[in-house]
Amino acid sequence: MLLDIAKTLMLARLRHSVIAAVGVTFGITMFITLVSFMTGLNGMLDSLILNRTPHVRIYNNITATEIQPIEQVDSLKSSYPFISSVKPANTRVEIYNSLAIIKALKNDSRVIAVSPKINAQVFYNLGAIDLNGIINGIDINIENKHYRFNDYMIAGNSADLEKVTNSIILGKGVADKMLVNLGETIYVTNAKGDRTPLKVVGIFQLGLATVDDIQSYSSIATAQKLMGEPSSYFTDIQVKLADVAMAPQIAKEFKKRFGVDTEDIQTANAQFESGTRVRNIITYAVSVTLLIVAGFGIYNILNMMIYEKMDAIAILKATGFSGGDVSKIFMNMSMVIGILGGIGGLIFGTVFTIIIDHIPFKTAALPAIDTYPINYNPWYYVIGLVFSLATTFVAGYFPARKASRIDPVLIIRGK
Amino acid sequence: MKTVLEARAVTKYFHDPVKFTALNNISFTVSTGEFLAITGKSGCGKSTLLYILSTMDTDYEGELFIDGQSMTQMNGHQLSHIRNEKIGFVFQFHYLLPEFTVLKNVMLPAVKLAKLELPEIEAKAIGLLKRLGIENQASKAAHQLSGGQKQRVAIARSLINDPLILMGDEPTGNLDSKNSAVVFDIFKEIAVEQKQTILVVTHDEDFARNTDRIIVMDDGKIIS
Repeated sequence: MLLDIAKTLMLARLRHSVIAAVGVTFGITMFITLVSFMTGLNGMLDSLILNRTPHVRIYNNITATEIQPIEQVDSLKSSYPFISSVKPANTRVEIYNSLAIIKALKNDSRVIAVSPKINAQVFYNLGAIDLNGIINGIDINIENKHYRFNDYMIAGNSADLEKVTNSIILGKGVADKMLVNLGETIYVTNAKGDRTPLKVVGIFQLGLATVDDIQSYSSIATAQKLMGEPSSYFTDIQVKLADVAMAPQIAKEFKKRFGVDTEDIQTANAQFESGTRVRNIITYAVSVTLLIVAGFGIYNILNMMIYEKMDAIAILKATGFSGGDVSKIFMNMSMVIGILGGIGGLIFGTVFTIIIDHIPFKTAALPAIDTYPINYNPWYYVIGLVFSLATTFVAGYFPARKASRIDPVLIIRGK
Repeated sequence: MKTVLEARAVTKYFHDPVKFTALNNISFTVSTGEFLAITGKSGCGKSTLLYILSTMDTDYEGELFIDGQSMTQMNGHQLSHIRNEKIGFVFQFHYLLPEFTVLKNVMLPAVKLAKLELPEIEAKAIGLLKRLGIENQASKAAHQLSGGQKQRVAIARSLINDPLILMGDEPTGNLDSKNSAVVFDIFKEIAVEQKQTILVVTHDEDFARNTDRIIVMDDGKIIS
């Protein structure tokens, strides 16, 4: 019955009610559009780096040992050594005992994928000129499955890397500089001066010039052969975890357990996290501001209605409606505005995001993306609806309380 | 005869702009079936008294009983329920809700009371409108009616819950003499035919003269 009264009062002031609801609709539309678009962009920018980054990277860091031999001499324990010009001992860049580590990682239940990798420093032979480069020896199947390698292929077929012996996938920048196409053969020279022919089976573009101008990919066996190393030679082991949040902790654990150096994804990409956070803050700040403005609109319109409906409130009270009933009538009006405006906002927000999703967004740096990225997360719709209800509740609460406190005697006597 | 309403030593002060005694030690009773008029000059406190008797004004000294229950200690919610169930109100101005139809206006207090189902309430409201000769206006919006018709709708509304007592605050104060006579006849008729207890505040002497009992007030006191 109270809802019925609220409805009648609102229909009598349809234009004002619609304006109030449109305010909410606008706020929620902007929220949905902004948050979906911004998080979509965030996801795209992050994935640019993070897709290709292992959760934990195991490698052998070449540094001077932390405990120098002189510190282990018992007779000198009480003295403080000064050593100048400390150098690392004659170590290798490969990971020691790599096969055993890989086996242990594969048996770890927290680990989804383990992929050994070889970083080979080479020169691309371009006539008389040698270009600096790095060839990554990778397991192409794992890279495709877990690190979205195929998303970044712009020519050729990545699976050929395993099928064709002595094959290579060139970075876009390298390929452009060397003026080569698919199926052609290039020559590379390793650090020791050995020259090897490699067949180009694909071209790869990550979108970061510093990577695309230098790096190329080959199979693990090819890279080992290129370096003249045995099949147990690996410079990196990439680990993908079931729970990425565990990465820093697990990285530390591996470091201790295997006596290797490790780097987790959070540490390696801290700047991306903070960029994402700032963009999210901006999105929410803009949306909340819009909703607060909409809330003030509802507050004003309800306040105005209460002044207009003083007589009605007085008569309702005189005929036996309590202050609580009157308050509920105005709360109902506010919440109906909130629900209808909120649902309208979700619909318009969806429409706008779909429109944005269809706007072409072609950039050479991002071969896998054709249109602006949108993140359709159902949670944002829940948050949007909760936002609209919360705003209208607060905006309705104060006028409703005021209405409930109106003294009918003052109104009736005032006539 | 049963006492419907009793005021015991009701005193009321106004504090603005200076302390002023609006009602001074008012005591009287109203019995079942009485048609009672309170009259007096403008500013004598008769309307103030009615607002206290109707439980809308709670800022007074003394005690008020309706149907043997003390109203003085009740909270706002309980008083709302008392007004809804036991008191019917007709004001000088009709005070209908202009957005609602005539029928809805009459039905509202009964819907709030929720003793009857909606179809029964509707039938009862139509019955009341018929008795007051305005059933053909039932589906019109309240603001489309003339002054006399509006007041008849207000009377129908005040009777919908079969109140213990019907209170009128200058019910003819805003009507021409012809409509005043119609409204008075309605009051008289329901007082006689249905033994409806009626308490009317009025300065219309013709109206007062034709009631069962008159209380005259002056300067916040009952003088006769």
